Amino acid sequence: MASGVMPRRTALGALLRPVVLWGMPGAIVLVVAILAGVAIGETPLPFSMVAAVIANNLWGAGYDVNLIDAGIIWSYRLPRTLVAAACGAGLALSGVVLQALVRNALADPYLLGVSAGASTGAVAVTILGLGGGMIGISGGAFAGAVLAFVLVAALARAAGGGSAQLVLAGVAGSQLFNAITSFLIAKSANAEQARGIMFWLLGNLSGVRWPDVWLAVPMAGSGFLVCLMFVRSMDAFSFGASAAASLGVSVRQVQVMLIGMATLMTATMVSLVGSIGFVGLVIPHAMRFVVGPRHARLIPASALAGAIFLIAADVVSRVLIPGQVIPIGVVTALVGAPGFALILIYNRRRL
Amino acid sequence: MRLSATSLGWTAGARQIVSDVTVDIAPGETFGLIGPNGSGKSTLLRLMAGLVPRGKGSVMLNNDPLAKLPRQEVARRIAFVEQQVETSDALSVRDVVELGRTPWLSALAPFGMSDAEIVRDALDAVGMADRMAQGWSTLSGGERQRVQIARALAQRPRVLLLDEPTNHLDIHHQLALLRLISRLPVTVILALHDLNQAMDCDRLGVMEGGHLIACGPPAKVLTPERLATIFRVRATTLRDPADNATLFRFHCLEE
Ligand SMILES: Nc1ncnc2c1ncn2[C@@H]1O[C@H](COP(=O)(O)OP(=O)(O)O)[C@@H](O)[C@H]1O
Ligand SMILES: [Mg+2]
Repeated sequence: MASGVMPRRTALGALLRPVVLWGMPGAIVLVVAILAGVAIGETPLPFSMVAAVIANNLWGAGYDVNLIDAGIIWSYRLPRTLVAAACGAGLALSGVVLQALVRNALADPYLLGVSAGASTGAVAVTILGLGGGMIGISGGAFAGAVLAFVLVAALARAAGGGSAQLVLAGVAGSQLFNAITSFLIAKSANAEQARGIMFWLLGNLSGVRWPDVWLAVPMAGSGFLVCLMFVRSMDAFSFGASAAASLGVSVRQVQVMLIGMATLMTATMVSLVGSIGFVGLVIPHAMRFVVGPRHARLIPASALAGAIFLIAADVVSRVLIPGQVIPIGVVTALVGAPGFALILIYNRRRL
Repeated sequence: MRLSATSLGWTAGARQIVSDVTVDIAPGETFGLIGPNGSGKSTLLRLMAGLVPRGKGSVMLNNDPLAKLPRQEVARRIAFVEQQVETSDALSVRDVVELGRTPWLSALAPFGMSDAEIVRDALDAVGMADRMAQGWSTLSGGERQRVQIARALAQRPRVLLLDEPTNHLDIHHQLALLRLISRLPVTVILALHDLNQAMDCDRLGVMEGGHLIACGPPAKVLTPERLATIFRVRATTLRDPADNATLFRFHCLEE
């Protein structure tokens, strides 16, 4: 009917208009945020120098810059900022996806045991020496995250497969893996190791280098595209899975695809930088407040806001106490919790 | 569109909720489902919509088995208004009705002018066009019901399944809704409680304990004995001098 007779030109126009109208400004804002994230630090570097160094490295522009500053910008701050942006976007997207499909306002990327599994994996590698040094802390964390998710999903399925079952299975799985982590730390970690793991668990971007960028950025990018493809399906879940099915959504297929994608994204981010809390919970709610509940807007808005939020949090974590880096998860929670409280209060009348 | 259901059934645990219901509904027919609370009307409608996992039996839409059709194709043919729905999202009335266009849209066919027009027409049909921007959660029960019906109309289905659509509606909107669906050129299957309203259906099916125990024209189905045994009421028939229509007045039967 309507879809069939729509002339090609208007269809293309309807596709391109939001891209031009919202995509371009969004991309510009993101680039500015990344440049700012690189420029601001304990030693502030001017924007012009940041641009010059990036131009030198990207297409050999040959600007004359201080070698040490160039090194800080290119090998240290830029990858770190890019990974922060990718993680922020990825975690926020995962939060939107899980909140939409699980129909629970408390859903966040770690709901399904991903973060607990990652910490167990990381601890198993660092303390028990699992993998014999072949897999690093990131590899162990990723394996733990995926294993935990698979167990949680299997348990939820065995319990009947509803969204309430998924949430409860996630709680059980997280408790189990957190207990294993605590057990391992209590049993065999020395103080130094325990502190290192603690630091990693709270989120830490200091170790980030270019190879991490090549993992995090494509992951967040493909997650973003997959989410964009499913915006209408996520809208259709507003009245529950059964209503979505009666609107023509292949519920099982969409759930597997989107929850799988969100988990993969979260597991990648957690394994690179540790489990940074609050982004995946707060950003989607904040963006709902700004752009409304429809996913065609919520998805791009959350991705952008998540990226900017984590870039900002990373900057704060670097400059707050001179000479010392605060775990980024502490910053996100310190800023996120009061922000969330404000949203709850302002949102009161709309519910 | 013809909807033929063959041996539909569903069990919850050991309990048979719907057993062996076979019914053939002709194109354009308005088919009423009546029966006491818990007799399986909602479950039967969900079975007809293909929404029950592990349901037994089969449903044919014209010549296509429902189970073989892709979900999207089913949603283009069947729209379903459930008895009650809830959301925690802060959707507006327009958002809810736009959901009805979901089965017709894809990445290459985004929401366009013609969809917006369909949404407006649907809201007009239920008298909610002036409330487009209002939040769904701020609507009254009857208004929500009407918006859900508009959503189903926006789906442009050929079969409309309505589960107690007149619940919560004031008397004007009950009659307006029944008039609306009787004029729609689609097959309508609806669960009803008001037996006087049920008299206006083309055919009625009576559910009891999960069985379809009677099926036929309203005057044949609603016999005094059946009203006494199934609905546990004694009915006296009255005649409306305005249009010579027959109405029931009910008296509760105590056992
Ligand atoms: N998921 C379920 N599990 C167990 N019993 C159910 C379930 N769904 C419905 N029932 C039972 O099936 C019976 C029929 O329900 P329903 O189809 O909603 O009846 P009606 O719409 O005619 O009032 C009720 O007794 C109800 O308790
Ligand atoms: Mg019912």
